[in-house]
Amino acid sequence: MITFEGVTKRYPGGTVAVDRLSLRIPSGRTTVFVGPSGCGKTTSLRMINRMIDHTEGTLAIDGTDVREVDPVLLRRGIGYVIQQAGLFPHRTILDNIATVPFLLGWKRGRARGRARELMELVGLTPELAKRYPYQLSGGQQQRVGVARALAADPPVLLMDEPFSAVDPVVRASLQDELIRLQSELHKTIVFVTHDIDEAVKVGDTIAVLRPGGRLAQFDTPEKLLAEPADDFVETFLGYDRGVRRLSFFPARQLRLRTHALVPQTATAAEAGATAARTEEPWLLVLDGERRPRGWLAAARLDPSQDHAPVDPATPVGELPLTSYGHVFQVGQDSLRAALDAAVLSPAGRAVGVHEDGTVAGVVAQTDLGEAIWAVGNEDDGTGPAEGAPDAAR
Amino acid sequence: MPPDEPLVRWDWVLSHLDDPIGTQLAEHLRLSLIPVLLGLLIALPLGVACARWRRLYPPVFTGINVLYAIPSIALFFLLLPYTSFTDWTAIIPLTVYTLSVLVPNVVGGLDQVPAHVREAATAVGFAPVARLLRVELPVAVPVIVAGLRVAAVASVSMVSVAALVGLGGLGQLILTDGFQRQFPTPIVVGIVLSVALAFAIDGALVLLQRALTPWARGRAER
Repeated sequence: MITFEGVTKRYPGGTVAVDRLSLRIPSGRTTVFVGPSGCGKTTSLRMINRMIDHTEGTLAIDGTDVREVDPVLLRRGIGYVIQQAGLFPHRTILDNIATVPFLLGWKRGRARGRARELMELVGLTPELAKRYPYQLSGGQQQRVGVARALAADPPVLLMDEPFSAVDPVVRASLQDELIRLQSELHKTIVFVTHDIDEAVKVGDTIAVLRPGGRLAQFDTPEKLLAEPADDFVETFLGYDRGVRRLSFFPARQLRLRTHALVPQTATAAEAGATAARTEEPWLLVLDGERRPRGWLAAARLDPSQDHAPVDPATPVGELPLTSYGHVFQVGQDSLRAALDAAVLSPAGRAVGVHEDGTVAGVVAQTDLGEAIWAVGNEDDGTGPAEGAPDAAR
Repeated sequence: MPPDEPLVRWDWVLSHLDDPIGTQLAEHLRLSLIPVLLGLLIALPLGVACARWRRLYPPVFTGINVLYAIPSIALFFLLLPYTSFTDWTAIIPLTVYTLSVLVPNVVGGLDQVPAHVREAATAVGFAPVARLLRVELPVAVPVIVAGLRVAAVASVSMVSVAALVGLGGLGQLILTDGFQRQFPTPIVVGIVLSVALAFAIDGALVLLQRALTPWARGRAER
């Protein structure tokens, strides 16, 4: 556990970068410092490994005051990842990763062996070992940065906006990778970002800092989105925090309708009968493997409507269908993904699929609305959070 | 120069290959390289100090430039009473001149080490001196070698002037054997060898840099 107790950083000119910060960063979890520029989040991070020394208060790692440890030795025991990876351009990828083991005096072979293990762990192919940093893409360099930070297996990992210099697609995959790594390694990660979406995605707990270096709120992402402590936090979270909150609620609680599914071999007459019986305006046509093929508007099958008549004997698979858009996975996805699928669906309905891609059912807007309304109601209680992190004081 | 005297008398060149041509070439090489090496030995700590304590740099920079502005002949003669006709009369001024290129290049080389690399070096636990020796200076090598190339070529060309005080390698060939005897062959030989020597040293330094910095190859194209 990393404890901040009234930690302040005051520069000689009188500027206060961090103002009486008190919080407990739990071990084995990911804690994110987030806030606008000038909120002191990076300063707070760097005070942990004494890249910056705090001026007041106490900062301790597992009960040991960081000021009582030699900074050089302290840093060798704490992994550090920075924005542009900060790789040493004159060292090969393998030797970059082995930097801390070398500094700790490991034998060359052991250090490099460990570096090879880490390359595999972070998803770098072994051919890259002998390359130099300039020969790697930004995303690969960042993976090397993470591997270097993990090389000596430090219990604590500091990450200073590690993914903000790469493009959004690479960033998303690096975030997923970090979440996967953390589920295996259980490090105490302190992660700095200015991006609230990133914070919500990777963080177990989030500390929102406000300009002037004061703590605005320290909570789980769920709690933060549900109950922002004040206007500053609410504004910082953005106008769509309600929608974002839906990502903490599973889609499996939604009611799935299966009565409006028709196989592609059904005739237009049969489909028309189904539509009339269920009063569903859209039917989802399935292929032979129960995978979605497309939407069929019930109106097209109604002979009383004013349009080119459809031969009642035609299989619906041969009629022009409307694209089913994108689907959500019933078992894994959240309400947010289901809502997204419904919004993007031409039929206004979300298609839920099983892991193998077969259709589980369709969610109508009314059912989705009810589920979202239920989420809103949970705000009166404690919400789905596993309990707020313990904030000091 | 007699009107019918050819530019190069090959028979003279052949009969004097060992002495004075060979000996003066070796002398020239020695007198131009020692100042570059000494200059590097002085410029490294001086440059490191200037990069670290920034206020030191303007006065140091002005100082080495003022020294560079003193004509070399004047310096040679100024030194004669102290060092007489030893090699030091040539080596000391030439060493001083290399500083005007080498010190700014050491400072510049250290300055262009990216901030994130420096920061990462501190964060992984390099102590300050280790960081300098194992990260910052190695990363500065291309810029420092670029300075060495300029200093070496300048040094090769300036050694000849020391012939005026009885030193100077190929300069001796040009001045004593050629100019004073109105005999063009040694002058031509001296100039050609001097240029060739400059090219050879420059080429050697380029090869040295390639060997030292495989990691910098291709960076310029990106």
